[in-house]
Amino acid sequence: MSDITLGGPPPAPHAEEHHEHHHPFLQHHFEDLGQQHEASTLGMWVFLSTEILFFGGVLAAYWIYRVTYPEAWAIGAAQQIWWLGAINTIVLIISSLTMALAVRNAQLGRRMGTVYMLIATLFFGSIFLGVKMYEYTKHWQEGLFPGAAFHWNEVPALAPKVQLFMTFYWCLTGLHALHMVIGAGLLIWFIWRAWKGHFGPEYYGPVEIMGLYWHFVDIVWIFLFPFLYLIHGAHHG
Amino acid sequence: MMLSDFPLWPEQASTVAPGVDALMTFMCIVCGGVSVLTFFVIFVLAIKYRRTPENQLAQDYEPPKALEAAWIIIPFLIFMFMFVWGSWLYFRIQRVPENAIDIYATGKQWMWKFQHASGQREINTLHVPVGRPIRITMASEDVIHSLFFPVFRVKADVLPNRYKTMWFQATKTGRFHIFCAEYCGTLHSGMIGWVEVMEPVDYQKWLAGGAEGSLASQGEKLFQKYACNTCHTNDATGRGPVLLGLYGTTVTLANNATVTADENYIRESILNPQAKIVKGFAPVMPTFQGQVSEDDLLKLVSYVHSLGTQKTAVVPVETPSSKNTSAGSPLKPGAGIPPQQDKGATP
Amino acid sequence: MSSLTLHDVRFVEPETTRNYITHDYGALSWLFTKDHKRIAILYLISITALFILGGFFAVVMRIELLTPEGDLLTSDTYNKFFTLHGIVMIFFFLIPSIPAVLGNFLLPLMLGAKDLAFPKINLLSWYLYIIAAVMGLYIIITGGVDTGWTFYTPFSTQYSNTHVFGVTFAAFIVGFSSILTGLNFLVTIHRMRAPGLTWFRLPLFVWAMYATSIVQLLATPVLAITLVMLMFERVVHVGIFDPALGGDPLLFQHMFWFYSHPAVYIMILPAMGVASEVVAAFTRKKIFGYTFVAYSSLAIAFLGFLVWAHHMFVAGISVYSAMIFSFLSYFVAVPSAIKVFNWTATLYRASVALMTPMLYILGFIGLFTIGGVTGLFLAAIGLDVHVTDTYFVVAHFHYVMVGGAVMAYMAGLHYWWPKITGRMYPEWWARLAALLVFAGFNLTFFPQFVLGYLGMPRRYHAYAPEFQVLNVMSTAGASVLAVGYALPLCYLLWSLWYGRPAGPNPWGAVGLEWATSSPPPMENFHETPVVTWDAYDYPAMMKAMGETQNV
Repeated sequence: MSDITLGGPPPAPHAEEHHEHHHPFLQHHFEDLGQQHEASTLGMWVFLSTEILFFGGVLAAYWIYRVTYPEAWAIGAAQQIWWLGAINTIVLIISSLTMALAVRNAQLGRRMGTVYMLIATLFFGSIFLGVKMYEYTKHWQEGLFPGAAFHWNEVPALAPKVQLFMTFYWCLTGLHALHMVIGAGLLIWFIWRAWKGHFGPEYYGPVEIMGLYWHFVDIVWIFLFPFLYLIHGAHHG
Repeated sequence: MMLSDFPLWPEQASTVAPGVDALMTFMCIVCGGVSVLTFFVIFVLAIKYRRTPENQLAQDYEPPKALEAAWIIIPFLIFMFMFVWGSWLYFRIQRVPENAIDIYATGKQWMWKFQHASGQREINTLHVPVGRPIRITMASEDVIHSLFFPVFRVKADVLPNRYKTMWFQATKTGRFHIFCAEYCGTLHSGMIGWVEVMEPVDYQKWLAGGAEGSLASQGEKLFQKYACNTCHTNDATGRGPVLLGLYGTTVTLANNATVTADENYIRESILNPQAKIVKGFAPVMPTFQGQVSEDDLLKLVSYVHSLGTQKTAVVPVETPSSKNTSAGSPLKPGAGIPPQQDKGATP
Repeated sequence: MSSLTLHDVRFVEPETTRNYITHDYGALSWLFTKDHKRIAILYLISITALFILGGFFAVVMRIELLTPEGDLLTSDTYNKFFTLHGIVMIFFFLIPSIPAVLGNFLLPLMLGAKDLAFPKINLLSWYLYIIAAVMGLYIIITGGVDTGWTFYTPFSTQYSNTHVFGVTFAAFIVGFSSILTGLNFLVTIHRMRAPGLTWFRLPLFVWAMYATSIVQLLATPVLAITLVMLMFERVVHVGIFDPALGGDPLLFQHMFWFYSHPAVYIMILPAMGVASEVVAAFTRKKIFGYTFVAYSSLAIAFLGFLVWAHHMFVAGISVYSAMIFSFLSYFVAVPSAIKVFNWTATLYRASVALMTPMLYILGFIGLFTIGGVTGLFLAAIGLDVHVTDTYFVVAHFHYVMVGGAVMAYMAGLHYWWPKITGRMYPEWWARLAALLVFAGFNLTFFPQFVLGYLGMPRRYHAYAPEFQVLNVMSTAGASVLAVGYALPLCYLLWSLWYGRPAGPNPWGAVGLEWATSSPPPMENFHETPVVTWDAYDYPAMMKAMGETQNV
């Protein structure tokens, strides 16, 4: 308990301790790949917890107004094309499946399998974004973008509150879509890395972390879909 | 120069002020005392055990662990005492006495407008009688302000689109500061005034000195002007609910929720009639948002209030529900409480 | 004062002067560094510059407040000054200060690691900070912002004619800098401790940084999304927070304070960590009640999330909400009290050396105590009704933030200066500065408690004439305080060239950071340490050293 041994005679400059096999992707400040993997994974989980708080803030505000203006919220949800949202939900869940398979392939060292699954994930993610673009365009034309461009007026008495709903719709789905776009960009980079053969049984951490991020984005959507598309309530009249 | 030229606290000019000062004194003595004691101990120990050639290393000694428990439990108990006293004082500050005189205030960038029930209007000055509780009902025309009377030890934020109340009872005559205490823009520090506390006789004289009629009677004129009476007749044949005797009663809405007919409810019904439709009536009332100014709203509300027979019995206590129109939980489905109410959007 | 004394006798000073500063030359080697020590220096330079900017606003305000009339600045300019003083000092100085400078530099050293878990993200943190600072500077030059650092709606969304969008965007970016720092620290503490370094052998500074990181990670995203919604409302004119459009201004306040109250614990927890280190070093004792002090950091982090609406007692919340938040606010004071009493108890039968860092920390303990107890005043709702939004609050938070956090930052800067730079600062000048800061601080801010109770509201450009005497006292104190801050700027810079070279452990302290050279080599330790001793195990270290000398 009282033995203090710190360092020995310092080595000559430039001399560093190397491990038996210095993996090309082992960063110098980690002792080994295991520590690097654990640190990176923990880092991604921690980052996702900040994302939960981030989305959580606007979701809390959404809920407060939902409870305050239930009719307007129901009408706002009725303006969405629910089956497009449903398709998007299924598409995203499938993309999570392909992402999980990509991680599995990386763990098993299957280079092309990893590449194909990542491409598939990107494909389904792009479908999602394409559908979203279509919805957004339609909303814009219908006058459902809040602010000066808002000219939806089917229920004049509730128009300001429906505008508030649409504010949350655009905020929530917009932030989500932004996260998906970033995810898509990351996927492109990972497809390239996988194709170059960077990943294998002893180094698949990055793919796993990408998978965590992608699954998180999927889970956010699984909340957004019922919150924004599936509210049923008494309509006016 | 006398010591009285350097006061440490404002004059005590309200019923609540001595209580606030007493708590302050207690806090100063206890907190100041504990702090000074701590500093003294630090000072003594730092000198007594200073590092000298003979005292290079600390002695291997740990004070008893029971000390740890002591200075967790004892401060906690003292804190709880402070909490209770502070809360009790807060209740006194919030609870409006029964026979309060009503005054209405509007805050706007950058002035205070006061209206007395008898119709007198003032800007940046408020005349009140001594020895009577005064209830101020107030709203802002633009941003958040805060009405602050240092000598009464009370302040409350003044919000746009929502009525808040505060009350005080002055205990001495004189001229005292009014400050705006919530930053509101360029002339925030210029949004100040004076409260003139007068003997009741003088106050009556002042009141009588010219008014356009009471707020309520001015409200009646507006009631005709905006043709409210075409739907709100005094019998059941009208298109709108009867307003006679309405104030303070419980109203049942179309969705079977209930609501108390107070100032906020009346105000909302004028500005946003679709928000709460009374059971049995069609939603045909047009909105007057943008047509009725804040001042006129006060007069209309005052008029409808004057039509009621249950003035204060239902709304005696300044609790969260008093300026709140919902008798039910804000989370009741379909209650549809707009955020104007205190409990609606902000739990 | 004799020079270095206690050496780790088994540590051999390398002949070469190769350390993290001399490892590489050229601006690019600094601007693209991944080394946590270099990034700490980058932060040190940046936040010092921003501190001077924030201080400039304060100085001009205090000059204006010498007279009751608003005669030096226009009202709009004054309003911009107090807004920018708050924004710069809170977001660009206080929140980064100890974590980004001292935490960045010391955490890997204290853990026996070569760097933080994510060095590139660390550099990204700094760049985000710089981008936000440049944006902020641009906004200041092109007109500034006048909403107050609290951005209350609807003033900030519908009424202010200033660069609200720009400044909130800058705050949004610097928030991410803070989040990434917290992420880095949390993962590093979990995964990169040296062999044998169990949780309860960790220095209390590490515990404090751990608790701070939790708060940074969980609170800052809520500010981020609140600012996003604010920006949306400002640009698009919807009514999330505007009552005229169906929104609720109190919703903004709740969301804003949900972050901004924990934010003050981001500012004070690291300071408390520094206090524990300095007290231990200059008493040569393990902090009394180590376990309680460690847990109290976690308790403050947790409880700090439960009290936000005590900023809203008069804003329009219900009586029952107010009581709950008042009750919880008293709760959160308990762990802070534990720390103060434990530091005091550590002095008993210790060996107390009143060097500059210790002077700053003793000042910290005193001033934080005063600031903290005035928080108790504010938590008593009946009293808060009178003093909220007055100078009483201004005095309270300056006592904890400046008398507290900044004093601790100065203490830490002086304590670890030899480690960071390899040089000693001039002790007598430093003590003089510490005393000037202490005296100047009290003269500046204590009168403000009285001003507040007398009724002077905050954010006032012009004030009632009877408040002048106290204001003049406050400004006089500020001028002393300014000198007290200017001195370290001068002598610390001076010491870089002319200060006495420092050895590995000039204070004779226990801690892994003192077991490597001053300044440390790039990789921190030539060999990963294996820890077999408790935190602050002074008796054991002394036995191992086998020598006792004066410091």
